[in-house]
Amino acid sequence: MEGMSVIIKKVTQLLAGLIFVYGIYIILHGHLTPGGGFAGGVIIAGAFILLILAFGSSELNLKTEVSGSSGTESLAILLVVILALMSLLLGAKVFIVNFLPKGLPGELLSAGVIPLYNLFVGVEVAGAILTIFLALVIFKEESST
Amino acid sequence: MTAYILTFILFLVGLYGVITRRNLIKIAISLSIMEFSIFLLLVLIGFIDGGSAPIVDPEKAGTLYVDPLPQAMVLTAIVIGLATTAMLMAIAIRLYRKYKTFDIREIKNLRG
Amino acid sequence: MDLTISMILVFMIAGALFAIHAKDLLSAVVAMGIVGYGLVICFLLLKAPDLAIVQIVVETITLVIMVAVVLDSSRNEIEATFDRRSILQMVTGFIVFAGLLYFFLLAIENLDSLGSHTLRMSEAYVNGAVEKTGSVNLVTGVIFDFRAYDTLGEAVILYTAALGVLTLLRLKGKK
Repeated sequence: MEGMSVIIKKVTQLLAGLIFVYGIYIILHGHLTPGGGFAGGVIIAGAFILLILAFGSSELNLKTEVSGSSGTESLAILLVVILALMSLLLGAKVFIVNFLPKGLPGELLSAGVIPLYNLFVGVEVAGAILTIFLALVIFKEESST
Repeated sequence: MTAYILTFILFLVGLYGVITRRNLIKIAISLSIMEFSIFLLLVLIGFIDGGSAPIVDPEKAGTLYVDPLPQAMVLTAIVIGLATTAMLMAIAIRLYRKYKTFDIREIKNLRG
Repeated sequence: MDLTISMILVFMIAGALFAIHAKDLLSAVVAMGIVGYGLVICFLLLKAPDLAIVQIVVETITLVIMVAVVLDSSRNEIEATFDRRSILQMVTGFIVFAGLLYFFLLAIENLDSLGSHTLRMSEAYVNGAVEKTGSVNLVTGVIFDFRAYDTLGEAVILYTAALGVLTLLRLKGKK
């Protein structure tokens, strides 16, 4: 799969970093503004997909990309499960409780364990969607040559 | 009330597409249309006239908020719909490589 | 609000009917975008900004994946034949759909009109949410604190789907 023209490559080089930082902002402020883990995660995946579509698979090394993204998503889902188990074992041992201290509502460091959940779920969603897309691109490329 | 009935008609249009089409991509598109109609029905039930978006402003007390529970359920369901569509597309591309067609009746007839 | 949502829904139904009957597969995939992006406008009108963000990006990613699958295959639709069996199928389908619509009308007869309080749990969730969870965003508080099991299950579903796609699309490695 070849890349696109020079205009698109230059604009993508400028925009992809901006979209990535915007996705991280939406993840981190998930308990204050609309957004949260899922919205920020798919935005980060969108930034990477834009890079792959603009530059084509001939210039990028996609095998290392897919091992990197699937490793990241596996690590993130492991952290989510460990965090859920930790909050399950405290308290009544049946329901998941919010065990870190809740600060003032409206601050960045508030709401207990929710910002950590947002961060790990966001990274996991981004890794999963990127792995799905990369698997499709690698399959199409390898079976057409 | 007409919004509820039109949502159900969109669901029936999707169901008609799943039953009568022979092309695998059309079946996947119709399944996706059925899911979208159910998301809209859930959020429509939770809407309250004059309510604002469910972000609490700590200074103004006593404002009316839209119901957040159907929105939480639909947020989960949207991402699961993406996962289902992606798996269906992976199966479709595998079937095309092997049988060179998207027609489900041809795929049923060829064995091995 | 009822009138606005109904007008957008009429456009979505028209787009869906075109997507099902299109002769070219690429046109059908693009027409599915009408339904998806119309849904984004409906979410914004119904005061749900979280859902609008997720739906617009997910719809774009779905369209990119579908176009990638459709583009290197034959794009023709198989011709539909009109024989006696299909007439019988259409009549049966029409009767079943009329029955389903009748049962749906029976089910929503007790609902109040659009915009009044319908769910009983909304009072309990909205009133105590800021003290109990500490987050100002009510939807995030409901997802990660009151209903954390659903979110845990959903994250695992997404991980399993990625694993499944990776397994399905693996070419034969070393012999």
